[in-house]
Amino acid sequence: MCLAIPVCVEQLVTEGIAVVSLGGVRKEISLALVDDIEPGDYVIVHVGFALQKLDPAEAERTLALFAEMTANSVGNDDAIR
Amino acid sequence: MKYIDEFRDSALARHIADNIASEAEPHRAYHLMEFCGGHTHAISRYGIVDLLPANVRMIHGPGCPVCILPVGRIEAAIRLAQIPRLILCCYGDMMRVPTAKGVNLLKIKASGADVRMIYSSADAVKIAQQNPARQVVFFAIGFETTTPPTAVAIQQAQVLGLKNFSVFCNHVLTPSAISHILQSPEVRELGLVSLDGFIGPAHVSTIIGSRPYEYFAEEFQKPVVIAGFEPLDVMQAILMLIRQLNQGRAVVENEFTRAVTRNGNVKAQFLVAEVFELRRAFEWRGLGLVPYSALKIKSCYAEFDAECRFQVPVLSIADNKACDCGAILRGVKRPQDCKIFGIVCTPDNPIGSCMVSSEGACAAHYSYGRFREAC
Ligand code: SF4
Repeated sequence: MCLAIPVCVEQLVTEGIAVVSLGGVRKEISLALVDDIEPGDYVIVHVGFALQKLDPAEAERTLALFAEMTANSVGNDDAIR
Repeated sequence: MKYIDEFRDSALARHIADNIASEAEPHRAYHLMEFCGGHTHAISRYGIVDLLPANVRMIHGPGCPVCILPVGRIEAAIRLAQIPRLILCCYGDMMRVPTAKGVNLLKIKASGADVRMIYSSADAVKIAQQNPARQVVFFAIGFETTTPPTAVAIQQAQVLGLKNFSVFCNHVLTPSAISHILQSPEVRELGLVSLDGFIGPAHVSTIIGSRPYEYFAEEFQKPVVIAGFEPLDVMQAILMLIRQLNQGRAVVENEFTRAVTRNGNVKAQFLVAEVFELRRAFEWRGLGLVPYSALKIKSCYAEFDAECRFQVPVLSIADNKACDCGAILRGVKRPQDCKIFGIVCTPDNPIGSCMVSSEGACAAHYSYGRFREAC
């Protein structure tokens, strides 16, 4: 039940309620725990509540981190162990 | 889906696996505990263990909220559900956790009790509005992620002036559980579990931030890397832990920067502090009584506290003798060490709580890992 996923906010309904799209499936969630959410933002949703807004720039940075070379292979390639 | 698929890319996974293989020092053992059930699930589902060198071992921690709730609290919920005309609302996974006698909320429901599975705490408030003549109790469980939604529900019930809504509060705290494990005799004195570092929870940390982990990184000299729930997140966190250990560092690092900040969600923390206060001690399955590890509803909200409104028995009931959940939750045993794993105890007929939720170590190993004895 801990599984929570990033979803896109499609539309703000009334105060504190938004409609999100879960891969095409639309669902109402509560925005009671977050501020300044706009349509197009991604939020982490858990038990029907947005827990936090997702930072797209940080997501890019993390993806870039995955692709970086190993600390060893940069300078140590010839140092065969 | 965006922000999911990129974090499951198999070519990148292989790349990180290569980095891990080249940086893990062959003569050294790395014992890393993933605290959170979401990570346990990801590790099993994506076969991450198969991508790790043999000297990098993952140990499952007690971070599944369904698994750590002791039988006594489930029995108490079952008794609440049997109060005539009462409606008990709970999250789905809780319905199937068996008591010592093999009873669960699902069976109680089949024999006539009004137990309703809800997706969100807001649903419980709605049910109370729709049934003004009946008492509605929300059986609230979970770590710091589900606590703020419960706080919102209680405040909403107050605004609506509901007289028939209350919460049976079982919310627990992550940092105290991690400290407790590190102070346990198995880790400290007996040396049964060696723990070199921790993968910190993803969504719990969106709320509490990375700051609360700084204390035990320092106090216990163990590195902590907070990681997202996707497989690449977990692998990168493993790599970051290996690097810290190689360099003799023990600090808190954050891999999940796209959703976790140092201070976390302050609005949610504030709400929780308004509605809840610390319990002096709370029983955890597998860990026993853990001081200051859970929350109760503050006296100013006592009218919404099911433990004040009803006679809720305080029970301490031992687990089924055959079940090793306790040892598994402490990291001392693995699911396959349990004699009845996969034979008597299966997801269709769970004997212990670790087999109920898909984030439980036994259920995750049953679903994804049992035919692969690589570990
Ligand atoms: S396999 Fe079942 S009985 Fe054994 S430890 Fe896991 S949950 Fe308990």
